[in-house]
Amino acid sequence: MDKILQVKDLNISFHTFSGEVKAIRGVNFDLYNGETLAIVGESGSGKSVTTKAIMRLLPEHNSEIKSGEILFDGKDLTKLTDKQMQKIRGHDISMIFQDPMTSLNPTMKIGNQIMEPLIKHQNMSKHSAKERAIELLKLVGIPKPEIRINQYPHQFSGGMRQRVVIAIALACNPKILIADEPTTALDVTIQAQILELMKDLQKKIDTSIIFITHDLGVVANVADRVAVMYGGKIVEIGTADEIFYNPQHPYTWGLISSMPDMDTEDEELYSIPGTPPDLLDPPKGDAFAPRNPYAMKIDLEQEPPFFKVSDTHYAATWLLHPDAPKVEPPEAVKRRQSQYVGTVGVASGAAKLEKSQSPGIKEGK
Amino acid sequence: MSNKEITISKDMFAPAHIDPSKSEKISKTSLNFWQDSWLRVRKNKGAVVSLVILVIMIIMAFVGPLITPYAYDDQNTKHNNLPPRIQGLENVDWLPFDGTLTRRNGDVYNAYEVKKAEDSYYWFGTDNLGRDQFARVWKGTQVSLFIAFMAALIDMLIGVAYGAISGFIGGRTDGIMQRIIEVIVGIPNLIVVVLLMLVLKPGIIPIIIALTITGWTSMARVVRAQVLKFKGQEFVLAAKTLGAPNSSIIFKHMIPNMFGVIIINTMFSIPNAIFFEAFLSFIGLGLQEPHASLGTLVNSGFKSMIAFPYQMIIPSIMIALIMVCFNLVADGLRDALDPKMRD
Amino acid sequence: MVKYILQRVGYMIITLFIVASLTFFLMKLIPGSPFNNFEKLNEVQRNILLDKYGLNDPVPVQYYNYMVNMVKGDLGISFQFDNTPVTELIANRIGPSAQLGLQAMIFGSLLGILLGVIAALKQNTWVDYGATFIAVVGKSVPSFIFAGLMQYYISVKLGWLPVMLWKGPEYTILPTIALAMFPISIAARFMRTEMIDVLGSDYITLARAKGASRFQISVKHALRNALIPVVTVLGPLAVSLMTGSLVIEQIFGIPGLGEQFVKSISMNDYPVIMGTNILFAVLFVVVILIVDILYGIIDPRIRISGGKAK
Repeated sequence: MDKILQVKDLNISFHTFSGEVKAIRGVNFDLYNGETLAIVGESGSGKSVTTKAIMRLLPEHNSEIKSGEILFDGKDLTKLTDKQMQKIRGHDISMIFQDPMTSLNPTMKIGNQIMEPLIKHQNMSKHSAKERAIELLKLVGIPKPEIRINQYPHQFSGGMRQRVVIAIALACNPKILIADEPTTALDVTIQAQILELMKDLQKKIDTSIIFITHDLGVVANVADRVAVMYGGKIVEIGTADEIFYNPQHPYTWGLISSMPDMDTEDEELYSIPGTPPDLLDPPKGDAFAPRNPYAMKIDLEQEPPFFKVSDTHYAATWLLHPDAPKVEPPEAVKRRQSQYVGTVGVASGAAKLEKSQSPGIKEGK
Repeated sequence: MSNKEITISKDMFAPAHIDPSKSEKISKTSLNFWQDSWLRVRKNKGAVVSLVILVIMIIMAFVGPLITPYAYDDQNTKHNNLPPRIQGLENVDWLPFDGTLTRRNGDVYNAYEVKKAEDSYYWFGTDNLGRDQFARVWKGTQVSLFIAFMAALIDMLIGVAYGAISGFIGGRTDGIMQRIIEVIVGIPNLIVVVLLMLVLKPGIIPIIIALTITGWTSMARVVRAQVLKFKGQEFVLAAKTLGAPNSSIIFKHMIPNMFGVIIINTMFSIPNAIFFEAFLSFIGLGLQEPHASLGTLVNSGFKSMIAFPYQMIIPSIMIALIMVCFNLVADGLRDALDPKMRD
Repeated sequence: MVKYILQRVGYMIITLFIVASLTFFLMKLIPGSPFNNFEKLNEVQRNILLDKYGLNDPVPVQYYNYMVNMVKGDLGISFQFDNTPVTELIANRIGPSAQLGLQAMIFGSLLGILLGVIAALKQNTWVDYGATFIAVVGKSVPSFIFAGLMQYYISVKLGWLPVMLWKGPEYTILPTIALAMFPISIAARFMRTEMIDVLGSDYITLARAKGASRFQISVKHALRNALIPVVTVLGPLAVSLMTGSLVIEQIFGIPGLGEQFVKSISMNDYPVIMGTNILFAVLFVVVILIVDILYGIIDPRIRISGGKAK
């Protein structure tokens, strides 16, 4: 499998009135051709900032990419000028946002909004762009596209607007689609429709998707691989199966346990106490330590490196260190682990320590 | 990233004692509303500088006429139309305080010598009746500021009362009261003011009346909006449940929460009043001789602009300065007190 | 939409009625007489004069006559310029005022909008602070102060432009600038706020994500949306021009309505005062109405579904 995007050691800060907020503190991940990578985390964990950084859409006047690289198509996106980025945005990498009610320009016809990237990036004539736009509207499932194309956003419902946004994003067949919580603002039934649409389109257009969400149900539905973020860093990354059935990081345990499923009985739902860390003054050791019932002294002193759980599964927790005591994960997690074939990790023996900075599949280049 | 190779000893893996209350701690110190606003005002340099200038001007408005040996209405026709001259600065060429005037053909002459007044120093010069401009300008500032403050105060009182009552009672009464405001707002301010000044003889009180008759409407609207917002909130409900009478609810509970918008609105109406007063004076409906206000000074100065420019320029600059400073301070206050712009 | 317009027109009529009545009654209250040397005439002569102008009738009768005549378009006869109908006087004078007003309005709004857009695009830089400062000064300093200072420094001292009168295009420059200062600053302020607001919205971020260039975003996307609310400011701007024109015309000796109005005040020429008053009120009210309707048309959200904006 080819890597289509590589994020290496990304550090991003915001300069605010109160000081420097270190929003992203060393993020590494790869995106493979044709896969859907989900990024999960609480508000403030850095999910949106990371993806906006890929598109270089962070506000210029107070954000700073302090270090790191974003490698795409042989270029480092952090080093490109805005003009160079304009060629990539909408053409090679596209993005869709959370709130369909505010994502579209209220005074511009839908047709024109779809045609814009077509005309700009693919040099289409107005006529062919219009035809292609109608095609796209059909593709995303909007009935009577020839009429709809001349209408304004307020004449569409929320779900339909999101479809339009997807149409705009996919207009030029981008290699990467970044979806920032695209279904959070929609009703559950519409949510399902949009997710189906996205999966369908991904197959048709063969694009790789980075899907940001805080909803694990959605993750289970669409993701091939999952990265869990906390406090500006990725704390665990692996295939969807591995994360759901064999999570290793206490934060992931918290997330999984707080989600009821078919097997949940009368037990009390677990919730992670406390609030996310203050990134104006990030804590010294593991950022999750203050809320971690399994915290050890070393968690307060040093940040844990990534420990390898399998070729595809890495977690940054001291619990995976050979010297760490064995702990019992919460009930809900244990239940899942029992369903998992080939359990490796905390519950069943020590994992291999590997101080790898960019976890990912090792085979192939 | 902590890549220091500290040897990891086994005892570091002992469980840590986490104090759960610490994880709920909010790390930023909390400030009350006024402290927060004051901090924000202070950051706005324009507003701060303006405030300082205004304070100086207000002080001078009282002190000014006292520190000069001439009274504002003393006439000395032999010393009329003298340009500004300040001891100590009179030999500085490029400053306009050397007592010289330029004739049409470019000749520069020392007016004090010509009028045989070498021993007199008029810091801002004199007008065509020989009255000391320095005293008159500060006296005029006094009058203009007084009119403006009074008008703003009355506007505030009427506006707050009207808006609070209208909003609080609600229903039909509110509807009627709002219609009345709409009609009043629809009538051009200018026309009402001019008409009133024609009927009432010009003077300080009539001007104040003319200014306040229509000036209270914006305050009333703003206050009413706030009252409507508060009416639905629980602290009002709580007060009612405890048996508070309506007047107490309005005055002790709601209005203290509105001080921000009230102050802002009042701050903006002051320059408005100064403007109107100056305007009225300029078209001849303002104060009459020998009273001085900045408006009348500009008006009379205007007539002799070509020969004696300083008579117009000095009061003009004063008005301009006051207006700009008030507006900057009001802007700064609004930015600081507007809750939507919190961090 | 239609209901809305009808409601506004209704208000308009009520307002005009009140203004006319107010004007009439206040005029009646002014002490003294509009006629020169009234005291020197004897009883009979006075009565002749009063009768001629209908001033001997009981007040309600005068009021009724006045209102009826006004609706017919007859605003009476000027006291100053005997036998000249007020309407004629006004018609003669409207030209220069209209020209000045339009020039100031167009110049002011355009320049103001441009300043506001630039300030918003270069937010928090020196360009922004400079533009904002100009806006504050323009808004605070009364137009006649500007006029006076400009007249002195540019006309008298530098001699670049004529001091006063209205004899050709170059005569209109200084008055237009003086009158336009206020509209410039209001438009700039408003445009800047709206532009910054729009630039922060989601659809602008989406436009950037589509790869649109800075220019395309500012002009094609942002400007269109930011301009819409600015239309609402045009009404008060027009009003300020009317107020300003009174003084500007005096200062520059322009033979317009404003100058007429001020003269008639000092001469106690009731019919002219009342007539001009009514005219101002009508202009004012009509402009506001037009602006309200315009706003409804420009915003597609209101135009197409009659729905509420934002």
